[in-house]
Amino acid sequence: MTRSKKVGRQTFMFSRPLPIISTGTVVGKKEGEGPLGEYFDQVVTDPLFGEKSWEKAESKMVRTAIQLAMQKSNLAYGDLDFMFGGDLLNQIIASNFAARDVPVPFYGLFGACSTYTEALSLAGITLDGGFAARVLVTASSHYQTAERQYRFPAELGVQRKPTAQWTVTGAAATIVGEGGSGPALTCTTVGKVVDMGIKDINDMGSAMAPAAVATIKQHFEDTGRGPDYYDVIATGDLGSLGKVLAQEMLAEAGYDLSKNFTDCGVLIFRPDQDVHSGGSGCGCSATVFAGYFYRGLLSGQYGKVLLVSTGALLSPTSYQQGESIPCIAHAVAVERV
Amino acid sequence: MSAQDPNLDKKLYYWRVQQKKPKPPVLRNTLLAFIVGGLICVLGQAVMAFFQSLGMTAKEAAGPTASVMVFLGAFFTGLGWYDELGKFAGAGSVIPITGFANSIVSPAIDFKREGFVLGLGARMFSVAGPVLVYGTVTAVVVGIVYWITKL
Repeated sequence: MTRSKKVGRQTFMFSRPLPIISTGTVVGKKEGEGPLGEYFDQVVTDPLFGEKSWEKAESKMVRTAIQLAMQKSNLAYGDLDFMFGGDLLNQIIASNFAARDVPVPFYGLFGACSTYTEALSLAGITLDGGFAARVLVTASSHYQTAERQYRFPAELGVQRKPTAQWTVTGAAATIVGEGGSGPALTCTTVGKVVDMGIKDINDMGSAMAPAAVATIKQHFEDTGRGPDYYDVIATGDLGSLGKVLAQEMLAEAGYDLSKNFTDCGVLIFRPDQDVHSGGSGCGCSATVFAGYFYRGLLSGQYGKVLLVSTGALLSPTSYQQGESIPCIAHAVAVERV
Repeated sequence: MSAQDPNLDKKLYYWRVQQKKPKPPVLRNTLLAFIVGGLICVLGQAVMAFFQSLGMTAKEAAGPTASVMVFLGAFFTGLGWYDELGKFAGAGSVIPITGFANSIVSPAIDFKREGFVLGLGARMFSVAGPVLVYGTVTAVVVGIVYWITKL
């Protein structure tokens, strides 16, 4: 009975597969025009989404994604035991304000862009521990809210560096637990904070790549699996530069990911969409997984997916004070059962 | 990540990133900045010529010319065009006085939703503020040097 579910140093193997019952995704115009546009449930062309501010719009996207996931699952709020959610804004207001309208016990999370897998990981642990039957997971980001908080006003005419990334406007909701028969969470590797001294806020991919590498390596060591176990290993938002760096470092550690490695930030936009290194933000890995990979798992296109969302844990205060960027990556394995 | 000196790891990683980093297209950026920045200045010159044709001297025309250019910068920021120009032209649209107007109007638009006092009023100079402060300080220092050398 008390056999530990922990394998190795950072991985938890769930005692049974935990099905993902349904997902809901809402994205902005640019994401809708991207290569994955057809996989999202709703594309909102107005960045304000009919609201008075971008922050309210982001919150409304979270609420809409939750409604979509609820409709698809035919569940009522009373069937849910917890909501785990987060976003990039100060005091995670997009999630907190969305949770105001969701009568479900709520844990607000901040893991920067790793929030989606952080929440899925916690959902898995809570479900497998017997503390819940069903958990709602959300994550969101919004280009304009993130830009004005972390960088510059939207209308300022500045040139972006080639290493800069474009914050995804989008929200995803995912319901995990009893009653589903689809793809299921099978294990999670919880990341440690890694800081390799990168300070450039216009180069998050390079800052986050070592955290992704550390978590992926640990996942293989803990589980005894190799890269070939998965059909796809997808990092959250390393972008084109971070992806190359991560793949190179993993190859040096003896793991060849050349066949099945990708990055949600690279997938969500086309290179000609003026996004430089690719997409980023909590909404990036959340919408790409809940929209694209989840459908691929349902249809049988993919059998086993390892999602490794990556987060840069900086704040406007920390970088103005010259601090380097601590980063984290959490991995969840989702498999067809 | 390995157990050795963490600073060595950080240095090695820094060099790894530098080698892989895409370089900004400096020649293209410089050319575009030169052309667009030059065109903005030509426009400014045309406005000045117009005021001079009304009988003003060059010195008298400078003030109204600057006002017109600041107005244009603010106006096109409001239309959402100046940031598109900035992406394309870089320093070419930042350096002229129109860019200064853009740096004040863009935070003003952004923070209007936080109210006229704590939002617009307080944040309007969040980008241009340092330019004003150090521009003024530099002017004072230069003035003092000028005054001393003239004594």
